[in-house]
Amino acid sequence: MAVTHLDNARMAGVSRTSIKVPWVSFIKYALLLLLAFMFVLPLLWMVSSALKIDDQVYRVPPIWFPVPAHPENFYNAWNRYNFSLFAFNSVVRYAIPSTILVTLSSAIVAYGFSRLHWVGRNLLFGLCLATIMIPAQVTLVPLFITFKQLGWLNSYQPLVIPGMFGSPWFIFLLRQFFMTIPQELSDAARIDGASELGILTRVIMPLSVPSLIAVALFQFLATWNDYLGPLVYINNQQLFPLALGIGLLRRALSETGTTGLVYPYLMAVSALVTVPILFLYFFAQRRFIEGITTTGMKG
Amino acid sequence: MASLTKSIRNSFTESTTQRRTTLLGLLFVSPWLIGFLVFTLYPLLSSMYYSLTRYDLIRPPVFIGLDNYIELFTDDPSFETVMRNTLFYVGLSAPLGVITAFLMANLLNSKVVGRSWFRAIFFFPSIIPAIVTAAVWQFLLNIQFGAINGYLQQIGAQTIPFLSNPSWTKPSLIMIHVWAQGGAVVVFLAALQDVPRSLYEAATVDGANAWQRFKSITVPMCTPAILLNLVTSFIAGFQNFTLPNQLFPDGGPSLSAEMYTTYLYRNAFTYLRMGKASALAWLLFLIIIFFTVLFFRTSRNWVHYGGD
Repeated sequence: MAVTHLDNARMAGVSRTSIKVPWVSFIKYALLLLLAFMFVLPLLWMVSSALKIDDQVYRVPPIWFPVPAHPENFYNAWNRYNFSLFAFNSVVRYAIPSTILVTLSSAIVAYGFSRLHWVGRNLLFGLCLATIMIPAQVTLVPLFITFKQLGWLNSYQPLVIPGMFGSPWFIFLLRQFFMTIPQELSDAARIDGASELGILTRVIMPLSVPSLIAVALFQFLATWNDYLGPLVYINNQQLFPLALGIGLLRRALSETGTTGLVYPYLMAVSALVTVPILFLYFFAQRRFIEGITTTGMKG
Repeated sequence: MASLTKSIRNSFTESTTQRRTTLLGLLFVSPWLIGFLVFTLYPLLSSMYYSLTRYDLIRPPVFIGLDNYIELFTDDPSFETVMRNTLFYVGLSAPLGVITAFLMANLLNSKVVGRSWFRAIFFFPSIIPAIVTAAVWQFLLNIQFGAINGYLQQIGAQTIPFLSNPSWTKPSLIMIHVWAQGGAVVVFLAALQDVPRSLYEAATVDGANAWQRFKSITVPMCTPAILLNLVTSFIAGFQNFTLPNQLFPDGGPSLSAEMYTTYLYRNAFTYLRMGKASALAWLLFLIIIFFTVLFFRTSRNWVHYGGD
């Protein structure tokens, strides 16, 4: 609350200095509207194209509001392949288990890096942060070989199991938050005989719900959007997540050319896959913004 | 309360307590530690080993020394093209993305009506699936009936071969990157909120105009955030996979859009050259370390941390 007041005061301070020159704020709004227009345009194109039939797709000049619109495309595109199954795979097989595992394990590790004082803690935490720099592609080949030997190809194990071991970004984010919780709360719980795990689950985590939600949101997004991971490990169409399903529609594009509603279907499914993210963003806008500003991680 | 716990702590001998807390600490971080050993350190080292072998997943790996690396630098014209493409892409997309994000954040960092709506619009493209981004832009930039070329055709102008001309493929990828840069806007907005108002007030009293205030206060105070965004964009730029993979499945016309990671993926999973792919992976690792160190070294000359 205090922060909000401070922000308001700051903004008021800014407006006092900038409103002195009206044309400055005119240019500012003109620029903002222009930028916003350019940023929205591709998404508008996606939705409008999803509502077209072939004849409307190839019209010059382009049509932005197709009349008549063809909302049945959404239904037909979704059932062109078994997208309900792909959505099930994305959410139940991948996003949910991965999100739960990564959030819990990162919280446990973050606790060790923030609420306990021990020799070598900072050294290991430095190492943990340094691993953020290692690109996933560097470990891709040996991990693929290992998972192949384990017989884990064509399953979600290679994508979900590593989440049991925390993720450096999330450990960092949660640690930053855990550090701000007064040590006295832990001390009081210890006197009451709580174990460290008990303190984590009954004191620290209930106080850190916003950061835990931020972590869960980021992981859910990462798995929902993941393309490279499933591309490498999953070949069986019955196991495809949404991203690979969209890949199937795209392949139709190169095989059958540009007829048969290929573009409208591709846009329709793209829009349907984007809608849950839109909801997620609007319901949890603050969590997103806070998470990004704490870590500097960009979506 | 604190003194009570202190006395309880003191009742243990110093070394027992220390050993106990160290064990406890290690226990809590052990998930990460095990994950680090199994999913990072081991693959990193075995990737080093595989990079010295010829390995197609079917027959056992054959040790061939540095041949994969030597091939990349002396006997693989594609690698040179890929390196040029990647450096061109990263070298332009990272600074351009950071500059536009910084300007957008500055436009938003004042009492703007609908501020959170603008922020949402700028941020949203960065969280939609890359495969959706690829599909939408492929259509948008289509030479015949994409939105842009549709209008160009109508006015009788030349259409732009965004995706089919080698000199346009990389600029198109860069344009898409700038569109999907919203996360950086959020980071910059937070940094701008932290600039003390008193600095602006003092400068205004001294007669500094808006541009001078921007140049001498806003930019220097935001240099830590600029550094952060530059480094993360650089690293992400080298790893850009989904967009080039989707828009240019074969590497684009004249291989003009083949990027480092698409080339790595192609070697590993299309040609089944795991050894060469591992050599590429290790080089990528070294390149990223090199640039990160370079950024932080040179940052001493241009990044201002609060207090000085």
